Amino acid sequence: MSGKKILHDLVVLKNEHLNKWHFILELQAPELLPQFLPGQFVQVLVKDSPSTFLRRPFSIHGFDPVKNTIRLLIQIKGEGTSHLSLLREGDKLNVMYPLGNSFTLPSGKNVLLVGGGCGVAPLLFLARWLKEQDVKVTILTGWKRKEDIFEKDVYLQCGEVLVTTENGSEGEMGMVTSHTIFKSDRTFDRIYCCGPDRMMKAVAHMAKRKGIDCEVSLENTMACGFGVCLCCITPTNHGNQRVCMEGPVFSTKELGW
Amino acid sequence: MIDLSIKIGHLNMKNPVMTASGTFGYGEEYRDFLDLGRLGGIVVKAVTGNNRDGNAYPRMAETPSGMLNSVGLQNKGVDYFVKEIYPLIKDFDTNVIVNISGSTIEEYVAVAEKINELENIPAIELNISCPNVKQGGMAFGTISSTATEVTAAVRKVYKKDLIVKLSPNVTSIQEMAKAVVDGGADIISLINTLLGMAIDADKRRPVLSTVTGGLSGPAIKPVALRMVWQVSKAVKVPVIGMGGIMNATDAIEFILAGASAVQVGTANFIDPGVTMKIVEGIEAWCGLHKVGSVKELVGGLIS
Ligand SMILES: Cc1cc2nc3c(=O)[nH]c(=O)nc-3n(C[C@H](O)[C@H](O)[C@H](O)COP(=O)(O)OP(=O)(O)OC[C@H]3O[C@@H](n4cnc5c(N)ncnc54)[C@H](O)[C@@H]3O)c2cc1C
Ligand SMILES: Cc1cc2nc3c(=O)[nH]c(=O)nc-3n(C[C@H](O)[C@H](O)[C@H](O)COP(=O)(O)O)c2cc1C
Ligand code: FES
Repeated sequence: MSGKKILHDLVVLKNEHLNKWHFILELQAPELLPQFLPGQFVQVLVKDSPSTFLRRPFSIHGFDPVKNTIRLLIQIKGEGTSHLSLLREGDKLNVMYPLGNSFTLPSGKNVLLVGGGCGVAPLLFLARWLKEQDVKVTILTGWKRKEDIFEKDVYLQCGEVLVTTENGSEGEMGMVTSHTIFKSDRTFDRIYCCGPDRMMKAVAHMAKRKGIDCEVSLENTMACGFGVCLCCITPTNHGNQRVCMEGPVFSTKELGW
Repeated sequence: MIDLSIKIGHLNMKNPVMTASGTFGYGEEYRDFLDLGRLGGIVVKAVTGNNRDGNAYPRMAETPSGMLNSVGLQNKGVDYFVKEIYPLIKDFDTNVIVNISGSTIEEYVAVAEKINELENIPAIELNISCPNVKQGGMAFGTISSTATEVTAAVRKVYKKDLIVKLSPNVTSIQEMAKAVVDGGADIISLINTLLGMAIDADKRRPVLSTVTGGLSGPAIKPVALRMVWQVSKAVKVPVIGMGGIMNATDAIEFILAGASAVQVGTANFIDPGVTMKIVEGIEAWCGLHKVGSVKELVGGLIS
């Protein structure tokens, strides 16, 4: 599925802070990057951070084959991500890639992308890829408040953008899962969803009721990220599967959601 | 020219660096990162009598300088191993050793008998840390009489090198070592993971679905070194040491403590090519310290 796995020291070209809790690392590779697909992820080694023993997995947020760069959108959670937020231009980061499977093309040409929290990370790459394949994209994202929203302009280049904020300062008030699009008679050929498990399950449930195909990207905790430790498994209708190898993208049918 | 080769039991190894069971899959996934033929040996993950799904997610918790796992021996059983996995790994240019596990003595014996038939498997490693269902879930490896019993039962049916892997969750590791030698072990490997626990304070819940799990990584290295040192003094059979080895210096420490070879486990998750660096690092260390052969280092602790 994914090609030969590599370990490389990538160079930080840019560390762009979007708000208090989110930043984007733009990383350049010393050798030609593989042809990444949306949904794939990388494993990052966090150096000089005593409590960060294992690598940290992050989805590919952007991939530029011309500049030979990848972009990671990272939410600060704990020690590892805090450490990464301090990286500066020119710093090196040891990264393993390409990891995991990828999102698949829908049967039709009209899809909805739903993201919450740092779950939006793989959706931009996905939206761009779908647009290239002439798929009509609607993107729904959920935020706490207006000030937290980022990258809306780049999503607008890919299709229609819908937002919810918890305090109603932009878009509809509430959570993504309560957006009126799910109650309307608008239909899609596929829903792609990424975010906390509870949100993905709620979206999967609504998709199922409407008879819409749904793909989600899981974020199970990982030790290795390349299929050997069996720590990241998820039950599916064909037995335990490794989220880092057979996933992170699964159809909600496989998951029995 | 520094001689890195070592012989333990009947196993001829190019160098003392092996990979630890459960951390190296069946070797396949590592081919992108290293040449398996440059390893002293590979211990593939545990094989049991029948298919096991393992424990529920979450199975992993990161801890200071280590991790807890409760994978629970997920594997497809010995028949699947013989039919589907063995053909893929039998021609690796290294010692491919099978780690076997069971919940009853009969299960251990049945698996060992089947692995005994596989020509290109020169040894098995008996994982006796598994709960003994007949003894109410106590691990075989924590009661010396049952450790002797399971080793002796497997010894009867297994003709090649029998490695027994000890659990550190015991009061006297020397007693366990003697018990498995009495049962007929050719080689002892140690340590398996240390029983531990992680709690998510915010959620007031244990992190692992099984509540407790096995600790590995540098956090356990001092305990592992102590146990390797004690066991190598207590018994005459060769010892394979492991527990938290991250680099060549760690490996040398185990060899000085009395290990003839070492296994690298959790470190492979962070750097899948680490074993090659360890092989090269041992060679460089020997060069620097004017040691002509690693054999001279085994148990070479000055005290
Ligand atoms: C395949 C995959 C892709 C991912 N993609 C992204 C991404 O693109 N951007 C991004 O910001 N994050 C992503 N994550 C989550 C990210 O890996 C974790 O947030 C990160 O490892 C936390 O590291 P830390 O040292 O900062 O936090 P830690 O100190 O390890 O943990 C801090 C808190 O974060 C929680 N946490 C830790 N790991 C995870 C996890 N895997 N999922 C959810 N919560 C976790 C812990 O429960 C803890 O409460 C992804 C995870 C996976 C498995
Ligand atoms: C994810 C994981 C799975 C393991 N599975 C097995 C196993 O199936 N059989 C076994 O004997 N030991 C198993 N172990 C224990 C290791 O082989 C080794 O004894 C232990 O991890 C200590 O070495 P380390 O600190 O270098 O990892 C496992 C360890 C880990 C981390
Ligand atoms: S994280 Fe190790 S198998 Fe998936």
